[in-house]
Amino acid sequence: MSDRLHGKLERTAVGFMLAIVVAGSVGGIVEIAPLFTIHETVEDAPDMRIYTPLEAAGRDIYVREGCYACHSQMIRTLRDEVERYGPYSLAVESKYDHPMLWGSKRTGPDLARIGGKYSDLWHVAHLINPRDVVPESNMPSYRWLATTQLEISDLGGHLAALRAVGVPYTEEMIASAAADAYGQSNPDSDQSAGVTERYGDETQVSAFDGVKNTVTEMDALVAYLQVVGRLTNAAYENTAAPEQVPDPNN
Amino acid sequence: MGQLTTGEREFASVILLVLMILGIAMAAAGRFDPMGVHGGMVFLYSGALLWWILTSFFGKEPDASRFSSYYDDPIKVGVALTLFWAVFGMFIGVWAAAQLAWPSLNFDTAWSSFGRIRPAHTTGVIFGFGGNALIATSFHVVQRTSRARLADQLSPWFVIFGYNLFCLIAVSGYFMGVTQSKEYAEAEWYADIWLVIVWIAYFVLFVRTLARRKEPHIYVANWYYLAFILVVAILHIVNNLAVPVSLGNAKSYTVWSGVQDAMVQWWYGHNAVAFFLTAGFLGMLYYYLPIRAQRPIFSYRLSILSFWGITFFYMWAGSHHLHYTALPLWVQNLGMTFSVMLLVPSWASAGNALLTLNGAWHRVRDDATLRFIMMAAFFYGLSTFEGSFMAIRPVNSLSHYTDWTVGHVHAGALGWVAMITFGSFYTLVPSIWKRERMYSSALVEVHFWLAVIGTLIYVFAMWNSGIIQGLMWRTYSPDNTLVYSFVDSLLAMYPYYIARAFGGLLFLIGAIVASFNIWMTVRTVPVAVQASSDAPLPSGIYGATTSPAE
Ligand code: HEM
Ligand code: HEM
Repeated sequence: MSDRLHGKLERTAVGFMLAIVVAGSVGGIVEIAPLFTIHETVEDAPDMRIYTPLEAAGRDIYVREGCYACHSQMIRTLRDEVERYGPYSLAVESKYDHPMLWGSKRTGPDLARIGGKYSDLWHVAHLINPRDVVPESNMPSYRWLATTQLEISDLGGHLAALRAVGVPYTEEMIASAAADAYGQSNPDSDQSAGVTERYGDETQVSAFDGVKNTVTEMDALVAYLQVVGRLTNAAYENTAAPEQVPDPNN
Repeated sequence: MGQLTTGEREFASVILLVLMILGIAMAAAGRFDPMGVHGGMVFLYSGALLWWILTSFFGKEPDASRFSSYYDDPIKVGVALTLFWAVFGMFIGVWAAAQLAWPSLNFDTAWSSFGRIRPAHTTGVIFGFGGNALIATSFHVVQRTSRARLADQLSPWFVIFGYNLFCLIAVSGYFMGVTQSKEYAEAEWYADIWLVIVWIAYFVLFVRTLARRKEPHIYVANWYYLAFILVVAILHIVNNLAVPVSLGNAKSYTVWSGVQDAMVQWWYGHNAVAFFLTAGFLGMLYYYLPIRAQRPIFSYRLSILSFWGITFFYMWAGSHHLHYTALPLWVQNLGMTFSVMLLVPSWASAGNALLTLNGAWHRVRDDATLRFIMMAAFFYGLSTFEGSFMAIRPVNSLSHYTDWTVGHVHAGALGWVAMITFGSFYTLVPSIWKRERMYSSALVEVHFWLAVIGTLIYVFAMWNSGIIQGLMWRTYSPDNTLVYSFVDSLLAMYPYYIARAFGGLLFLIGAIVASFNIWMTVRTVPVAVQASSDAPLPSGIYGATTSPAE
């Protein structure tokens, strides 16, 4: 009986294709569609910040260099992970991440709580040659980042594209993107006051790569690394994790 | 190209001219951006093809007799491109493996650092090697099982060259840092749009050819190719929706964010495995296995069961990539449940293949090509069992993020995908070039052993390192503190990384041996007396034909 039914289906290409599309769509629809409607998917976090232009540029460099191929940014709800890395990751923490960088392989350690864990100086030394600070490491060196100027003129365009996909950047933020990138990496400059004004007092303004008056790709990447996991404190409030908020001053 | 009519040559020239103009436009708009380089590449690529057409533009018209034979020229080009990408992609794989053991092997340059060459490896092998193999064999299988010639002259070329342009743009982009970072969908927006166009042409060509079949039934292998073409289109479009920074900028931002992005990405990622690396290659299995073993497929019912099981269940399984993460628990549990159920249709396929060999074991013993196919079915069974096992949450808590996943991937990729491809090619090549046999069966034998030993070394090394890594990360001392630092676990990996690079090297040498053997077959083996049955039936006849299994 079912053999004969299938025998019929095999005789019509169109019917067969429809059947494939139907059979193949159910799973995706059932699992994905509710994620957009169910309110509980993403927690509320009123203190949630968005990336500054410099941090967003750093994130793009993280993507460009393929850091995600070896580092996850997703601490699972397992005891050993929480004790090793910090409070487990919440959905809200990657709410504005286009794309998410949760990763699938830990050739190196998880980075979801890297922000504030080390000094800027440590990061610069590590990126220039990882084996100078961790002799056993197999991470590539990224010394060219320190000598490559960051392309800041089109950062406004990047923020505008991010706004188009749902990140709440304002017109003003887009207009002053280049100035903000400069200001964030040059603490004593005229432009730096605007950064905290627009992005919040928690924003770190620092000569990330140790050199003033320039904005390098190293500045951007370190600025990003220092903000990973610190856009909101929700993870520290909602989870029974043993860790404390990292001290930003060390 | 010799079989194109003047009208078709003109049409092809127009398409290529349009592409050249597009290339110039991209180069101009993206002159401060890697996109400009891609514009130049599009220009040169289509220019070279145009040159090729123009050199024979005024050649004589092909005569009508071409319609009474199969259209195999595009397949030959597809075979050559498959081998090129195999050697390229696996070379990059060996290089990447070596970098993990000896990090200075990137010579401190940006383009060759691990994070950039890793996607070049995965795209090179999955899309370059795997994709070309699927397109080439699908053209062969659909013609033979339908007893009909490809429905069109020009579009097969468009599909093959268009698809390889996509691969070229994608892979060259990663070296320049152009990437979306979505695993197996790293290519940026303009490459993605181009792939959609190529894919539509592929779909139309395939379905039109099916529509010309002289057989009332659509043969099993074609079900799988159809599912591969259709579902990959859906996955590709949904996962790659993105907003570019500007039309002159290679960078784009995906419309999905956070958890939703993770779920869409792994719905895509897992089903790229399912419909690219599994369904398409099962299509190969269902055609080349019965041909080579000279036995019909063991059970028709099992093939129906496994086909629909795979098509339905796989699409639920993606969330097993996100166990214990911020994805809602109910989705994780659904993913786990369906992944375990998936074992049934998977083993039905593997079992169906192995039982088909029952009674042909003497051939398996003597014929390395058939042994390739048998090994592939075996590794398919193994990696699907392993996959279903790893999808169980507590198991995944250990395996996730470790080399165990990489071991699983390559049990599937080397043991299943690559072996079924080589087994099929050793059958396909003499057939379409009409040669009596392969140049050297001894070299096929050598390749077989290189492949098997290489795969085993690779997979065992990764199982060991993965499980050690996972256990070290969760080892507690009696006073309840973690015993090992991350670096301790990294140090323990080095011997396995070296072993993996060695196993991979053996596999790569095997692929080079295969390319040499195929090259020599085409160059030196005498042409066989043509088997008269290897031709399409004249239109309007429903024949009592010999499809490989009924
Ligand atoms: C010469 C043989 C090969 C070698 C040496 C090799 C090596 C590698 C290496 C070193 C990685 C990176 C693993 C990591 O990040 O820790 C990798 C990843 C990968 N390779 Fe291969 N590979 C080979 C062949 C293949 C083939 C033939 C395929 C597919 C048909 C394939 C598919 C993949 C995939 C899908 C990944 C990503 C795995 C993941 O994300 O978990 N590889 N390979
Ligand atoms: C019943 C069939 C299968 C199931 C249930 C399954 C399940 C899984 C699971 C649980 C993972 C690990 C996810 C994680 O922890 O991150 C995985 C990864 C993977 N599997 Fe399978 N698998 C199956 C068959 C296959 C086959 C035949 C291949 C063929 C090549 C394959 C290729 C891959 C790849 C490429 C990944 C790596 C994804 C990544 O992290 O980048 N799988 N699979």
